[in-house]
Amino acid sequence: MKRLFADIGLITGKDLKIELRSRVLINQVAPFALMILVLFGIALDADQQSLKNFASGLFWISVLLCALMAISRSMTIERDDEALVGLNLSGVDPIAIFLGKTCAIAIQLLVLEIFLGVGIILLYRSEVEDLWLLVSTGLFACIAVSALGTIFGFLASGLGVRETLLPILLLPLLLPVLIGATRAFDDALGVAAVNGWNWFAFVAGLTVILTAVGAGANHLMAEN
Amino acid sequence: MTSPITTASKGSKILGMTSIIGFVVLVLLAFFVTDPDIRFHPETGEEFGQFDAVRLLYLHVPMAIVTYLAFVICAIASAGYLVRRTFWWDSMAHAAGEVGTLTCALVLITGSIWGRPVWNTWWEWGDVRLMSTLILFLLFLGYLALRGAFVNPQRAARPAAIVALIAVLDIPLINRSVEWWENRTLHQKSTLSELKIEDLTLFTLMLGILVSVLVMSWLILHRFRVAWLEHIEFEQGVKTAIEERRQVGHGD
Repeated sequence: MKRLFADIGLITGKDLKIELRSRVLINQVAPFALMILVLFGIALDADQQSLKNFASGLFWISVLLCALMAISRSMTIERDDEALVGLNLSGVDPIAIFLGKTCAIAIQLLVLEIFLGVGIILLYRSEVEDLWLLVSTGLFACIAVSALGTIFGFLASGLGVRETLLPILLLPLLLPVLIGATRAFDDALGVAAVNGWNWFAFVAGLTVILTAVGAGANHLMAEN
Repeated sequence: MTSPITTASKGSKILGMTSIIGFVVLVLLAFFVTDPDIRFHPETGEEFGQFDAVRLLYLHVPMAIVTYLAFVICAIASAGYLVRRTFWWDSMAHAAGEVGTLTCALVLITGSIWGRPVWNTWWEWGDVRLMSTLILFLLFLGYLALRGAFVNPQRAARPAAIVALIAVLDIPLINRSVEWWENRTLHQKSTLSELKIEDLTLFTLMLGILVSVLVMSWLILHRFRVAWLEHIEFEQGVKTAIEERRQVGHGD
């Protein structure tokens, strides 16, 4: 077990180091996220009340779109020079590879969520009424997105059409997460009279299921 | 002179003919023999009900059952492939996945057409069953897209099998959604399991299910055989290419 955690830390550290050196998250994904927020604002005709009401949905759509970029990026670094083959032959447990990459993507998404969170507060004038609900939902949902994204990233890696295939495979499965996270955020931002903690429980349950499914699927894929 | 390559056999022809006859009988019963859903208010005597729209029951419900069945076959065949690693299982999964996606689209379309007169809407975003069925359809569109993305179809087998096994988890959710989220759906609870219908309506519905299963089997059978022929052609192409390379090698 100690070895597993060490391997997870190793893979996570490797991916984050590559990310810090290449600065793709800061130079490309974060500006893309900002652009999405601005485009939504323009598309909704700068109606402040509508933006405030739809902030949760717009936030999570932005997260999902940015997640696609982060996942694609995470798989690209493994595809170049057949790094994934080397990783699989290195003796590292496939579960550790899966969980390590999931953690790395999740950390990047958390940074993006903070960035987007500040964005909706400043641009859409959203007000936080329940910070804990916001943080808990953001954390669990981003783990769910990362776990599923990692497994589908592996499935689509090595294909020329990876960039177009990944959203088709990933987004339908993430729709329940999107629904749950949006409802919980609606409550946390005080724009809808729903029980946000019930929706958080739904998201947390989904996160556990999707991570378990992802780990199982990864075990099957690792034999490739 | 060689006989043309065909996916038909004596068995599949019988199956096809039975399906056609069954479908004709179903149309006659559904549109001309069974009664429309007309009820009268006990106090006012006013007419209410689904009227002729109820006839979509004989198409929509069987299609939904056949969709579940096709996707479950796809999942079982996918699991079979992961265990056995043979082309037979992969082709069966592919065929069932394709037919299931087609019937799932028909379920969504017929449901939408039925929803318009009965619920006064083509689409209801808050309906859990509708949304989960749409998700299932999108998941299997992704499944088919993944299969189509590989140049060598054999390389698609394992990733596709994993996607199918994940996607099929949505089916219990769809099936139980009317019980679990009964205040978030316009769909009624299972008509069949609670036997809320009887006599000719029940018989016609059962016939609809039987005919749909026959049509699905016929489609899967032919799609499976097409995949098999494609596989043979692909293998033949690879063999020919290797032979040509050998010839070039000998020539050198």
